[in-house]
Amino acid sequence: MTVQEVEQGRYRSPFYPRQAELDRLFQWHDWKGYATADGFYDTDLEYFSIRNSTGVFDLTPMTKYRITGPDSLAFINRLVTRDMSKIKPGRVAYAVWCDDQGQVIDDGTIFHLKKGEYRLCSQERHMAWLRMSAIGMDVTIVDETMDVCGLAVQGPTSFSILKTMGLDGIENLRPFGLTHFDFQGAELMVSRTGFTGDLGYEIWITNDKAIELWDALFDAGKNYGIMAMGTDALEHSRIEAGFIAAYIDFLPADATVRSGRSRSPLELGLEWLVDFKKPNFNGRRALAEEKRSGSTWRLVKLDIEGNKPAHHSYIYANPKTKKEVGFITSAAWSPVCKQNIALGTVRVPHGNVGEKLFVEIYYQREMHWSRVMAEATVVDKPFWDPPRKRATPPGPF
Amino acid sequence: MSERYDAIVVGAGHNGLICASLLGKAGRKVLVLEANEQVGGAAVTREFASGYSVSSCAHLLYQLQPQVQKDLGLKPDLAADGMSTVVLSPEGNHVRLNEKQVSGVSEEDAAEYQHFYKRMTRFADLLRTYLNKMPPRLAKNASKSDMLTLAQLGFDIRRLGKVEMQEFLRLIGMNIRDEAVERFESGLLRGAISLDATLGTHLGPRSPNTILTYLYRLAGAHGKISQPKGGMSAVTEALAHSARNNGAVIRTGMPVKRIVIENGRVAGVKTEGGETFSSSLVVSNADPKTTIMNLVKARNVETQFTHRIHHIRSKGNAAKLHLALDGLPAIDGIEKREFGDRFLIAPDDNYVERAFNHAKYGETSIKPVFEITFPSFRDSGLAPAGKHVMSAIVQYVPYELREGWSDKSRAAFQELAIDTLAEYMPDLPDRITATELLTPVDIEEQFHISGGHWHHGELTLDQFLFTRPVGGAAQYAMPLDGLYLCGAGAHPGGGVSGAAGRNAARAILKREAVV
Repeated sequence: MTVQEVEQGRYRSPFYPRQAELDRLFQWHDWKGYATADGFYDTDLEYFSIRNSTGVFDLTPMTKYRITGPDSLAFINRLVTRDMSKIKPGRVAYAVWCDDQGQVIDDGTIFHLKKGEYRLCSQERHMAWLRMSAIGMDVTIVDETMDVCGLAVQGPTSFSILKTMGLDGIENLRPFGLTHFDFQGAELMVSRTGFTGDLGYEIWITNDKAIELWDALFDAGKNYGIMAMGTDALEHSRIEAGFIAAYIDFLPADATVRSGRSRSPLELGLEWLVDFKKPNFNGRRALAEEKRSGSTWRLVKLDIEGNKPAHHSYIYANPKTKKEVGFITSAAWSPVCKQNIALGTVRVPHGNVGEKLFVEIYYQREMHWSRVMAEATVVDKPFWDPPRKRATPPGPF
Repeated sequence: MSERYDAIVVGAGHNGLICASLLGKAGRKVLVLEANEQVGGAAVTREFASGYSVSSCAHLLYQLQPQVQKDLGLKPDLAADGMSTVVLSPEGNHVRLNEKQVSGVSEEDAAEYQHFYKRMTRFADLLRTYLNKMPPRLAKNASKSDMLTLAQLGFDIRRLGKVEMQEFLRLIGMNIRDEAVERFESGLLRGAISLDATLGTHLGPRSPNTILTYLYRLAGAHGKISQPKGGMSAVTEALAHSARNNGAVIRTGMPVKRIVIENGRVAGVKTEGGETFSSSLVVSNADPKTTIMNLVKARNVETQFTHRIHHIRSKGNAAKLHLALDGLPAIDGIEKREFGDRFLIAPDDNYVERAFNHAKYGETSIKPVFEITFPSFRDSGLAPAGKHVMSAIVQYVPYELREGWSDKSRAAFQELAIDTLAEYMPDLPDRITATELLTPVDIEEQFHISGGHWHHGELTLDQFLFTRPVGGAAQYAMPLDGLYLCGAGAHPGGGVSGAAGRNAARAILKREAVV
């Protein structure tokens, strides 16, 4: 075996030269081997670009697998809980996959690129699991994480920017649709997807055209408030959209040691992704049993009084007895919603929509700790869900 | 509209027939589909040369369980019972074994062997209780009877007494060679024990786990060996007869192509010939790998289960050699009356280990070990008058031969095997009129056993009891509604014991309400 020399400890995205020019914060962290920026200028500013103009997030470290072969549909259909035969070429599906016990390994998006040709995108790496799932099937799985780079272009002006960039027909792309364009002789894949809960796109190209793509995009966006953004801003916006994240709102089943620390899709509010009409998918037996006998946990969206984010708080059913019924996994003050919001996990039967729960919030002021017992109402809709997200064609902003 | 049955048994091996018979007896309408023209699976008698017949795979009965015989009212007609074993010495100083007695060794060895036999049979009895029981479930949702069975297992081990319990726990994962060398000075005796512990496995006497396989051999009937009259087919024909009497329909020459799955559960089977039969219950006598990977298909079951099934170690290492002889060969120091015994070529433990060494690297043994019988000596119907057949298990003959199995490699091994035999039976080569060699690859092909392994999967602690064939599927029910396993791949394992078939039938009758 030859040892591959890596210049630095972490891979740099092919967009790195441009990001380095913009970077004022020098705050980077590791994402599956890649250096990823927390932010470039100011987290709040970057966050507001998503909601008011357009933020651009580097998706390159996303794990990308190309799945092809005669059994590709059968393979994916057994892998994930939703019915993938309904996802036609040119469509993208948000999906979740489980182990045999019906516990979530990860969630991700599956792009039906061409007939029988798929790309699976996720935050975590899953080659071992995919290989195991491929036993007895005629499929080819190629990890193309290092070959394909991507940018999330998210915000109300994102449509106008892509249109200005010359992507004719982009106005016809519906949410969860994907289409291909020619970009300087290379194939540019554009999907109307994202992790911000706003109007937005994800654009994908081979690494060799990364710089050209970045330049074309930022040139087109210069009059539309385009701004590079990092993980902190994205994290804020995904909580507002009510999206869950691995290692934050749930632990991948293969990363848990103790029993009861993993979650089923039913416990994560993803029942709409579980299609029991499908004769077989991984975890089906266990999930059918869970549906019969009831789940242990329930993921809740909470609207909390006050303005102190309820990071890591316990959730109580009764503030006096302080009987714990769960805990907060993600929390934020939402500037666009003017709401103190959180995602949490509570024990069934708690967590019905409209239920009043309580969270004990600890906060620090000039080193001294204070705490407040705040009322938290269970809500069912995403905190941020603007009509522009769904409008086709999207309006010019 | 295809014919509808309460249950369809795939494969008419002895376990499939027992299961079918018991299900039929309980009033279920049962169909048995067998790929070969003959019932019996790997427990069959076949004519391999004009006038010469022999049990093709299994050739001796160790352990047809009394419970099976009782449930079905069967009594096999035996040509020989309580057969002695002769461990052949190249110098003619043979060692003779008859269950607890050994002769031809020193007094110390003979006395020690009695202790050894007593202890081993006592430990084997512990296993024996569990041969005829469903292994308990260890998961969260274990039932009361699971907990009781488990508690009983613990209690039975404890009841051995402190010293014997410690000894049992010390030995159970150990290798047979260390134990044999510690106790006996006679190489032949060590060799015989080594061979008995490793026959039919991909293990050498120094491999851990060979005490377990030795105990498994003793568990059936304390090592009592018998030879059914008319060969193994006599046993399986009787089982088929019992199944038919209980209303089962048996159809041979009907290889099953796949198990039909509808809406996530079993719906019937489809044969190679295109016929379909409906049933919400399919019981597979095929090995677990064939059942799941070929008949069910991975896509219809779950990932981790598939992965475990895929990784079952089931590559056979034992070949069968059948010789048609124009007369009994001469063996130095063996009288004619002794030819009804079982002969072993395993002159010492190191010989057996060295024979195994080759198999580790995908080669056949240069000096193989043998278990030899002359079935026609006690059962004259198997050969023309005055003539004889020899049936031998030859090890080690790996399923995956590095150079690949071909007519050439098969002929080369056959010649080597006969040359080895000739060292003990010099006139044997001249007496041979016909030969049949079945390598694990032939066994796989002719008897539809993945890997040609007669246990349908290595009999080792990680594939035993709670984890046979794999964890989470050890109670005959597979994780696909309506699918059961009833063959050697399920608990307890191979050998013509019928325990798997009987246990499976009991599990099915307990779980599946009458349709």
